[in-house]
Amino acid sequence: MTIRRLSVFNVTSLVIGFAFLYLPILLLVIYSFNASRLVTVWGGFSTQWYGALFRNDALMEAAWVTLRVALLSATIATVLGTLAALALTRYGRFPGRTLFTGMVYAPMVMPEVITGLSLLLFFVAVDFDRGFWTITLAHTTLTMCFVTVVVQSRLMTFDRSLEEAAMDLGAPPLRTFFSVTLPLIAPSIVAGFLLAFTLSMDDLVIASFNAGPGATTLPIKIYSAVRLGLSPEVNAASAILIGIVTLGVISATLLSKRSVLRSRRNAH
Amino acid sequence: MRRSFAPWANPDAKPLIRFENVTKRFGDSTAVDHLSLDIFEGEFFCLLGPSGCGKTTLMRMLAGFEMPTEGAITLGNQNLAGVPPYRRPVNMMFQSYALFPHMSVEKNIAFGLKQDGMHKDQIADRVGEMLRLVQLEKLARRYPSQLSGGQRQRVALARALAKKPKVLLLDEPLGALDKKLREETQFELMDIQHELHMTFVVVTHDQEEAMTMADRIAVMDHGRIVQVATPGEIYEQPKTRFIAEFVGDVNIIEGHVQGQENGLWRVKTSSAEVPLTIDDPDEVLHSGQPVAIAVRPEKMVIQRDPPGPGAINVLTGEVWDIGYLGDWTVYRVKLATGEIVRVTRANASRFVESPIEWDEQVYVTFAPNAAVILAE
Repeated sequence: MTIRRLSVFNVTSLVIGFAFLYLPILLLVIYSFNASRLVTVWGGFSTQWYGALFRNDALMEAAWVTLRVALLSATIATVLGTLAALALTRYGRFPGRTLFTGMVYAPMVMPEVITGLSLLLFFVAVDFDRGFWTITLAHTTLTMCFVTVVVQSRLMTFDRSLEEAAMDLGAPPLRTFFSVTLPLIAPSIVAGFLLAFTLSMDDLVIASFNAGPGATTLPIKIYSAVRLGLSPEVNAASAILIGIVTLGVISATLLSKRSVLRSRRNAH
Repeated sequence: MRRSFAPWANPDAKPLIRFENVTKRFGDSTAVDHLSLDIFEGEFFCLLGPSGCGKTTLMRMLAGFEMPTEGAITLGNQNLAGVPPYRRPVNMMFQSYALFPHMSVEKNIAFGLKQDGMHKDQIADRVGEMLRLVQLEKLARRYPSQLSGGQRQRVALARALAKKPKVLLLDEPLGALDKKLREETQFELMDIQHELHMTFVVVTHDQEEAMTMADRIAVMDHGRIVQVATPGEIYEQPKTRFIAEFVGDVNIIEGHVQGQENGLWRVKTSSAEVPLTIDDPDEVLHSGQPVAIAVRPEKMVIQRDPPGPGAINVLTGEVWDIGYLGDWTVYRVKLATGEIVRVTRANASRFVESPIEWDEQVYVTFAPNAAVILAE
């Protein structure tokens, strides 16, 4: 690849673009290290708000709920999403395949307000108490399709003759799946899990529809705290959240990229 | 080395593999069409044909990846209907090799043995034996991505042989290798097959490969077997024009049967002034029947001087093209009718005084038994 020289125009648009995207976030992270109680006035560097955050029981409780919801919903979404991806790539053209594909992908483009509201209506209709479990189920519905997309893209490049070879050598279908298919698509499954985990961590809309008095997630807590006035503690909580989400998304991207690359290399 | 091996000629011999009236349809298209075939134990059998002729489908039915729509396949005394691939005493070497990328060479070879629940020590012994057979002892701990194409091919072979299958299926085994390596590997495969006394069934579209390795070749076209015979018979006595043209080079001269004299057929053709004389006593023909005469280029003789007055099978034309290949020279002679006849001549000596040149008037002749009559 040739290295093209960056023109002044390119550099300017790059800087403006990135500034537009990341300056507010950067500002938030910087102010989370503010010594002053006034959010908008810089009073020197301090990590005191991180300490205060860990002593804030309400926030810590919400963070704990968020973590548990994210772990559980991402796990369920990974299992269901992988199965959906397998069904979509493996069973050829079964009747209603297009409809099924559309239905799997619909939550991705559905306005979150609608998803949240419809889930709320459903839980009310079946008389299911809102709380930890309703948020978990709602997040599973939201994130499953993302897992499906990631795993499906890997399965598309999967060499089926590897499975045939395993069966030819005496491995029944289930053992073939666990000894050949699963190890090879594992990176994309992990990537899907990380994506689902981060999506669940930072979701506000669907969670606020389905949260109950018993359980509140961190994004909901932050949102309601901000309505009562900006607080440096919330800045610190947000900064941590940003860190986790960034880490998750980057690892997911790297993992799925590597797994697709590897499958391509082995095809030659 | 195995001159007397010909179980197919023995009417009492029991075939190891038997296809009986097998048909395979995919939707509207028929991949294999009412096909019957016997393969004997210890045979090196080639399925040869152009792509899409059904040879791969036939092999996949033997491996168990496809089930016949109609008909039966038996292996030994076992009817294979409904037997899944993992319960068949048949192993396959895949065209893509299909090595497991997350397993080392030795783990790849051990995979099939592990499925049988073999003891660890026995597995190690067998893997070592296989590695020696394909000369890869030093690469046992490498991963497939760290191997060359030729080495991968050997691993695939070792993995398929490890379970000592009754039949080894090879799908275009040499397709991905370069020319030199392919030739070496051909002979290696033959040696291994001979050493292990195993039945090999090879699918290939490369007629040279089939001719070199096979005891018998089945030439397939459009889901049917056109001819099953030894390489020599396929080449020298092709049953149809398709086989004559698919296997090796051939000149086809079209004409009509004039009659039979002293057991020789006389065929009238626009390509020669005098009707051609062909010695092909097995053909049953009638006068006026349109036929094609097939003559291999190396069985024709090219000369500058006119043959004597009593000469038979003389074609006249001028040299259109000369291709010097080192061992052979190929002459393309254009007849008065515009047809091009290909004649090859072995370059037996290094220098020729006044060689045949371009645009020269030449005579091409061939013996009556050099040609085969193919009914149109």
